[in-house]
Amino acid sequence: MPLGLLRFALSREHPEPRMFTRRDRLKPAYDVVIIGAGGHGLAAAYYLARDHGITNVAVLEKGYIGGGNTGRNTTIIRSNYLTPEGVAFYDLSVKLWQDLSEEFDLNLFYSTRGHFTLAHTDSAMRTMRWRAEVNKHFGVESEVVDAKAVAEALPMMDITCAGHAPVMGALYHKPGAIARHDAVAWGYGRGADRRGVEIHQRTEVTGIELKGGRVVGVKTSRGDIATNKVLCAVAGSTPCVTDMVGLRTPLYVHPLQAMVSEPVKPWLDPIIVSGSLHVYVSQSARGELVMGASLDPYELHNTRSTLDFVEGLAAHMLDMFPFLAHVNVNRQWAGMADMTPDFAPIMGRTPVEGFYLDAGWGTWGFKATPVSGKTMAATVANDANDPLIEGFNLSRFADYRLTGEKGAASVGH
Amino acid sequence: MKLLTCPVNGARPVSEFFYWGEVRDMPDPARASDAEWAAYVFNRNGAPGVKREWWYHLASGVWFIAERDTQRDDVLRTYLWGEG
Repeated sequence: MPLGLLRFALSREHPEPRMFTRRDRLKPAYDVVIIGAGGHGLAAAYYLARDHGITNVAVLEKGYIGGGNTGRNTTIIRSNYLTPEGVAFYDLSVKLWQDLSEEFDLNLFYSTRGHFTLAHTDSAMRTMRWRAEVNKHFGVESEVVDAKAVAEALPMMDITCAGHAPVMGALYHKPGAIARHDAVAWGYGRGADRRGVEIHQRTEVTGIELKGGRVVGVKTSRGDIATNKVLCAVAGSTPCVTDMVGLRTPLYVHPLQAMVSEPVKPWLDPIIVSGSLHVYVSQSARGELVMGASLDPYELHNTRSTLDFVEGLAAHMLDMFPFLAHVNVNRQWAGMADMTPDFAPIMGRTPVEGFYLDAGWGTWGFKATPVSGKTMAATVANDANDPLIEGFNLSRFADYRLTGEKGAASVGH
Repeated sequence: MKLLTCPVNGARPVSEFFYWGEVRDMPDPARASDAEWAAYVFNRNGAPGVKREWWYHLASGVWFIAERDTQRDDVLRTYLWGEG
C-alpha cells in the first residue's frame, strides 16, 4: 500500500463511508415493517422508497444482511419458465437485473452466459419443446437444440454422460446469467438506506399483534413497534412467522445443499443444468465451479451439510465432466427452502389484513429478487396485488387453481 | 441423522428409507366443506418441532411412524402404526 493512502486511513476528514447506517434503537412506529433483510426484503424496501415515496420503513433481520438464502443459492438468473404467469414475471426480473449494477453504482458481476437445460429422455425433450414455445410466445429467447448442437457448444462434456444418460438435446436460453449474490442484497440495502429506510440487523421478530384481524404491531427482541403493514420475506422461516398470525399455508421446508470447487482456469462459459442427473453448474468469476443438486429428501429446519450430498453430486459431475476427477471441493453449505406444491411462489395479500407474504421461494428465489421487490412494494403500497403476481396468490390453493412450474423450476423430480 | 431404526429391521442407513410427511387426520370427505377439504389437501404444518411422521423402509416394504425433532434432526422413537 502506498504510504500516502495512510493519511486517509488516519484522517477524520476522510471517513470511509459505510454501506449501511447503524441504528441504535427502533422507532415506536413505522408505516411498513419488512421481516427479513435478504435480497427480497431489501428490494421491496428499496422500491417502496424509490417508486412509492414510502420511507418510514424498518427492515428487521434476526441475523445479518443477506445471510440466509440470498447468500446460499447458486446465483443462476433465467426466465425460461413453463407457465405464462411465470415467464412474464421472470422476464421482467431479467430485464431489471441487467441494469442493477449501473443503478446501484456497485459491480454485481452480472455475467450473461447462456443456459443449457439438458434433456436425457423423450419426456424431458417434450417439456423443453413446451417451455420453448411458451417462452417464445412471450418474447423470451429460448430454443430447443439437438444433441449435435449441444456437443458443439460443450466440447468439454461427455455427451453420453458415461453412458448412463445420453444427452438427446437441450433447451438453450441465451439470456441465462449469474451474479454475485451478496452484492445484490448490499446494493438494494444501501439504496434503501440512503433513502431513509432503517435496516436493523440482529433484531428478531417474536410476535405480530393483531386487532380485529388486522395487523397493528410487531414484537421484537429489541422492543415493540406499532405498524399497520408487515411484509414477511423470510424464506425457510416463513412458517414460524405465519404461525404468529394464525395463517395456514402449504409451505414445507427441506434443505437445499450446494458446493464449490477450488478455483480452476476458465473453461466453462455457459450454465449447465441436467434435470435427470440432478446437477446445475456454472463457473464463477473467481474460477470456482458452483454446483447444486436436488432437495434433501426429508423435512428439516436446519442448515447442516452431508457427505451423501457431495458424493452424489460429485458422481454426477464426473459423469458429465470426467476430467474433473482431481479437482477438490472447497466448501459446501445448505439453505432452508420453503417449498410449495406447484413450485410457484406465494405472494401478495393474505386473509390477515396488513400482512403480506413474499414466500414459497423454494429453490427458485434468487433470480426473482428484483421483480419480487418491485411487485411486493407495489402490492404493499396500494394494498392491492400487483397484476404480475395474481397467479401466485395464496388463495390459489383453496380455489384449486395452481400455477404448475414443476417442469421448469428445479431439478430432481 | 445417518441411521434410522426400522421397528422391524433395526438400525439401517437413512438412504434406505423414504419420507412421506407428517401424520395427518383426514376430515370426512362427505361432510367437509370445500375450504376444509382444500386445507387438508394443501396445507402443512411447516414450522419446526417434534413431529410424528410416516417413513417407509424401501427394501422390506415396512411403513412405520417416527417421532422426530425437525430442527435437531434427532429421531426420538420409531414404532409401527397402532403401537405408539
